[in-house]
Amino acid sequence: MKELIKGNIALCNGALDAGLNGYFGYPITPQNEVPEYLSRRMVELGRTFIQAESEIAAANMVLGACATGKKAMTSSSSPGISLKQEAISYLAAQELPAVIANVQRGGPGLGNIAGSQADYFQAVKGGGHGDYKIIVLSPNSVQEMYDFSYEAFGLAQKYRTPVLILADGIIGQMMEPAEFNKPKIDPNTPISADWALTGAKGRPPRSIKSLLMKDGALYEHNLELQKKYKTIAQNEIRCEKFLAEDAEIILVAFGIASRIAKGAVKLARACGIKAGLLRPQTLWPFPTEIISSFAKSGVTFLSVELNAGQMVEDVKLAVNGKCEVDFLGKPGGVLLSEQEILNRLQEIAKRG
Amino acid sequence: MKNEIVISGFGGQGTLLAGVEIAQAALEQGLQTTWFPSYGAEMRGGTANSTVVVSDDEIGSPVVFSPNALIALNELSLEKFSPRLVKGAVVIAPFKNKPAGDFNYFYVDVLDLAKQAGSLKAANMAAVGALICALEKPDTVSITLDSLLLACKKTFEKKPEFIGLNQKAIEAGYNFIKSQK
Amino acid sequence: MKKIFSRPESLTNAPFSYCPGCGHGIAHRLVAESIDELGIRERTIGVAPVGCAVFAYNYFNLDMTEAPHGRPPAAATGIKRTNPDKIVFAYQGDGDIAAIGMSEIVHAANRGENITVIFINNANYGMTGGQMAPTTLLGQVTQTTPFGRDPKREGYPIKVCELLSSLEAPVYLERVAIYDPKQVLNAKRAIKKAFANQVENKGFSLVEIISNCPVDWGMTVMDSIKWVKDVFIKTFPLGIIKDKTR
Repeated sequence: MKELIKGNIALCNGALDAGLNGYFGYPITPQNEVPEYLSRRMVELGRTFIQAESEIAAANMVLGACATGKKAMTSSSSPGISLKQEAISYLAAQELPAVIANVQRGGPGLGNIAGSQADYFQAVKGGGHGDYKIIVLSPNSVQEMYDFSYEAFGLAQKYRTPVLILADGIIGQMMEPAEFNKPKIDPNTPISADWALTGAKGRPPRSIKSLLMKDGALYEHNLELQKKYKTIAQNEIRCEKFLAEDAEIILVAFGIASRIAKGAVKLARACGIKAGLLRPQTLWPFPTEIISSFAKSGVTFLSVELNAGQMVEDVKLAVNGKCEVDFLGKPGGVLLSEQEILNRLQEIAKRG
Repeated sequence: MKNEIVISGFGGQGTLLAGVEIAQAALEQGLQTTWFPSYGAEMRGGTANSTVVVSDDEIGSPVVFSPNALIALNELSLEKFSPRLVKGAVVIAPFKNKPAGDFNYFYVDVLDLAKQAGSLKAANMAAVGALICALEKPDTVSITLDSLLLACKKTFEKKPEFIGLNQKAIEAGYNFIKSQK
Repeated sequence: MKKIFSRPESLTNAPFSYCPGCGHGIAHRLVAESIDELGIRERTIGVAPVGCAVFAYNYFNLDMTEAPHGRPPAAATGIKRTNPDKIVFAYQGDGDIAAIGMSEIVHAANRGENITVIFINNANYGMTGGQMAPTTLLGQVTQTTPFGRDPKREGYPIKVCELLSSLEAPVYLERVAIYDPKQVLNAKRAIKKAFANQVENKGFSLVEIISNCPVDWGMTVMDSIKWVKDVFIKTFPLGIIKDKTR
């Protein structure tokens, strides 16, 4: 049965149903519902909740819990996610299955508390130091806040990698009917991971580290990581297609922008403009091949984002000069309207 | 087909909850709906508004640029949102003087209706009752009084002592408009 | 023949890579002996810092991880809270605990995390080549205080135990040294107690070990021992700073 619920609470429910053992967070708008809700639920369920002294500490508490094979999560919003990047680099290096949620707000700096998509680069290009990638899921509805949060734990465990849920203030704050229909995983399920730190009982000790000083060791480790990223890119790309097959103008949009873009596609079709939409649900791995398969002469791509133009660079890489790539976006936590997108579609259609 | 509704007033006037009632009622009717709050930096005193979209089709943006319905519980909100309304929009407000503009203005003394229902605090519910009546049409997205009353029961599940009062206020608002139609 | 001295089970066979005269080797051994004697090796998880002890996971024969610089108390918190049946310790240096990680140690202590922290204070950043630490003494010359630490420029040495003792939650804070056998035995008693406290669910315990760093101090080992006795422990007096278990 569907219930009317906030995106941030749906995110919590996804994590709870996935068997979350520990949540570690710090207050920041517009994600405060997450620590507030979990401060009650986790305690009621006999699980771990800590309001940490900083986003840095919260991320490192996650690092500790994940090293023991437990399911742990932290959440924040843009400035707080910047603080977590140190730990995220370590989590990637130590191959720890952490889940991190970024309910984005406007930036740079303290910015504002309006929903924004300005952290795309930080999320998909590696926000911390070193050669690494993390899986980035982009929900565009309250239902997907639940679904992706739940699935993030499975992906994290499967590949021993951090997974970032890149939401935004609008998806986080809005209410929408959603259904919490996934099988509830018991958080006390014994840990079978052959790498987890569970105490060296009846086996040699394990160490989980990222300092690899021996000649060639770091090089080898990096090659292994890259191999893993390739596997993830082969298996885990998700992309929604909407009226894209015969489209002459293909919008590419993620998260909240994709909902508005979809509305604009419908308006455009009603005006006789053959528009369609590709919505990456994974921002890394990016649906490069899918976008590329639609790139042919006579087609124009339009990347629609709530930033000054970030994903458009990946769209251009995917299109690789085969056709025109245009950008429409607004930075600073300002929202686009369907009408504004339609206006641009009409311009593009006119210029042919 | 959709209704795009803004409910605005001072923080503390219950504009966020009023929106939730409408969204919950839409859910009861099997309609698509979104609710979106303005979340200002200040906790009290600023204007607080919520936006509800009710549709029979998938909803794009939960944020609305040109609403077709407005509840304005303070004059600031009326000034702010009335220029953005679509032509023929419905406005519910407790101010006798209708501002200039091409919309259907309903003066509703929500405080008085709420007082009669039992508490001034239920003014937001009286306004919601009035709004759904003013928006009532033989279309696919109108909210019925029954589903709104049911929504009220559900949202106050944890504080059942408030259900009756709020339902009364909803009915008072609804009947007030009904009598004018 | 009866064997009266051997390597503790909680240490691996790897030879220490620490400098001659460095205190880390002794501290490692004391930690390992304590873990052995309490019979907790198979349920102990350690957190190594960034600093000279970053390689601690090579030497401890038990499950170990490593946290970013200054963050071991946060990582240890995450481990302990989600695994209350495990014994968790953080091993930290002075830069780790009192500079970049001041926030993490203060708040872990303030929450009364039931963990054990071993803090090696050698008055400088050893691994990076001997720069000023928060615990560097007044007048002490380091790579970044070439004219000696001047309180007007660099402030005063931070006393971690005293600072944490103002908090309500920590149960046990003691400062020890390891410059002679008597001190080593005393340090062992303190370290074992800090682990025993955790086993008995008493709460947050920290042992600060005043340690020698002859290479970065530019001294012979013998001179470094003399300096600890004559100078170092005058600023950092040894003893129990707080003990709520008594």
